Amino acid sequence: MDHYTIRKIIDKSMRILAYLALIVALVPLFSILSGVILKGASSINIDFLTQPSPTVGEAGGGVANAIQGTLITVGLASLIGIPLGLISGIFLSEYSEAKISSPIRFFNDVLSGFPSIVVGIFCYALIVRTIGFSITAAAFALSIIMIPIVTRTTEEAMKLVPATVREAAIALGVPKWRTTVSVVLSGAKKGIATGILLAVARIAGESAPVLVTMGYWRWWFAGLNQPVASLALNIYIFAISPFENWQALAWGSALVLVILILGINVTVRTLTREKYK
Amino acid sequence: MFYKFEIENLNAWFGSKQVLKNINIKIREKAVTAIIGPSGCGKTTLIRCLNRMHEIVPHARVSGKVLFNGIDIYAEDVDPVQTRRKMGMVFQKPNPFPMMSIYDNVAAGLKLNGVRDKKRLNEVVERSLKMAILWDEVKDDLNKSGASLSGGQQQRLCIARALAVEPEVMLMDEPASALDPIATAKLEVLIRMLAKDYTVVIVTHNMQQAARVSDFTAFLYLGELIEYGSTKDVFENPKNELTEKYITGQFG
Repeated sequence: MDHYTIRKIIDKSMRILAYLALIVALVPLFSILSGVILKGASSINIDFLTQPSPTVGEAGGGVANAIQGTLITVGLASLIGIPLGLISGIFLSEYSEAKISSPIRFFNDVLSGFPSIVVGIFCYALIVRTIGFSITAAAFALSIIMIPIVTRTTEEAMKLVPATVREAAIALGVPKWRTTVSVVLSGAKKGIATGILLAVARIAGESAPVLVTMGYWRWWFAGLNQPVASLALNIYIFAISPFENWQALAWGSALVLVILILGINVTVRTLTREKYK
Repeated sequence: MFYKFEIENLNAWFGSKQVLKNINIKIREKAVTAIIGPSGCGKTTLIRCLNRMHEIVPHARVSGKVLFNGIDIYAEDVDPVQTRRKMGMVFQKPNPFPMMSIYDNVAAGLKLNGVRDKKRLNEVVERSLKMAILWDEVKDDLNKSGASLSGGQQQRLCIARALAVEPEVMLMDEPASALDPIATAKLEVLIRMLAKDYTVVIVTHNMQQAARVSDFTAFLYLGELIEYGSTKDVFENPKNELTEKYITGQFG
């Protein structure tokens, strides 16, 4: 066989290998999705979406309080985490020659690798012991998980904007802050939105830090210094319970959580779609 | 005759490496001055010292004076941002803002500095594109992305963008190096036209281009100014042996 034939054979087999790897990687994704949809869809009805969790022995009930709780907790965490992460990311990208940048980047990477339960315990010691199990404590813990993800992706996305584009703006007599906001940030908004989205999806599904900062709670929102129900913990508590209707609620909660995350994903992608093709 | 720039004892460094050594040049108003020299001789650094772009690179330093309209732009109380607004700059590679339309690219200098008046913006965009000889090619596509144009059109778009802020000088750093011969020819016609109203400083590694478009030529070598005079004199009667060797293609 000549070299060309050998090369063609290798090329073909590598391509087949790549397809196979792709299929293997997609199997778990689709089996989880289909499992959640098949088992969760049957428990979703009007009661499920409007009623709070049932107590032991009670029939029916839903997860409305957990949906409310997750939205509030994740929303509050995002309110703290997104601005802090964004501003840190902008600093690291636009002032990377500053002496303080490389230690910040290092500690940010360390933080992103922290086990979430450790973050939870830290917030337990810091906040729960003073104001008790609460939304505030949980949101604080979740925002700490969020910050390094947002920071890193913001920095990476902004660094992808070519230096020549920054120079063009500076040479026009545009101040540096304006260049950063209107030229660099707007050029990087798609990557940044993706990073924020990943971070939101990640904390929406976090359970360990929520468990140690808010505890399991079955009631509606009653103030930021009080706990509230959450979808992630619903799944945990209901799934390991011996009651069949609770287990069904766990599958339903899982489906709602997945839909929530997919929904955020699609929304952000639509909003940041390229204006020019 | 009036001098737009008077450069006095200018030195520039990147970190500890000195790239410009004691440069003294006076640049005439409403004329084209070309800066030529082999790669790495400091041409780009010199032009970037004229609008304080050199210092935005980390660890870059400048010493000496650059008088612009008689005022030192490196004086303590001079705002570099205000200084840059009086000078348009065109770069080696066309660099339109990728996420902006053709219209917004031209209007960027005004819009980003707070001008909101639609009527004024429309006028400025049309006038600038006409001056850059691009209007006829893009007037129906003003909302298309600036990145959708060809390389030569992008470079003229960048010139229109620089003209839109009504600068007093145009600084061009090898503006034709990424262009084909036809686009280059168009650009050279444009440079001659601009010289009627503007002071143009152009860096080029193409000696024929310098000879064609410029009124004055400065020859730099290893960070030093070797020769400076009218283009005719520099090309026909170079005083320095190095200049003669360079323009006759013996090195560089």
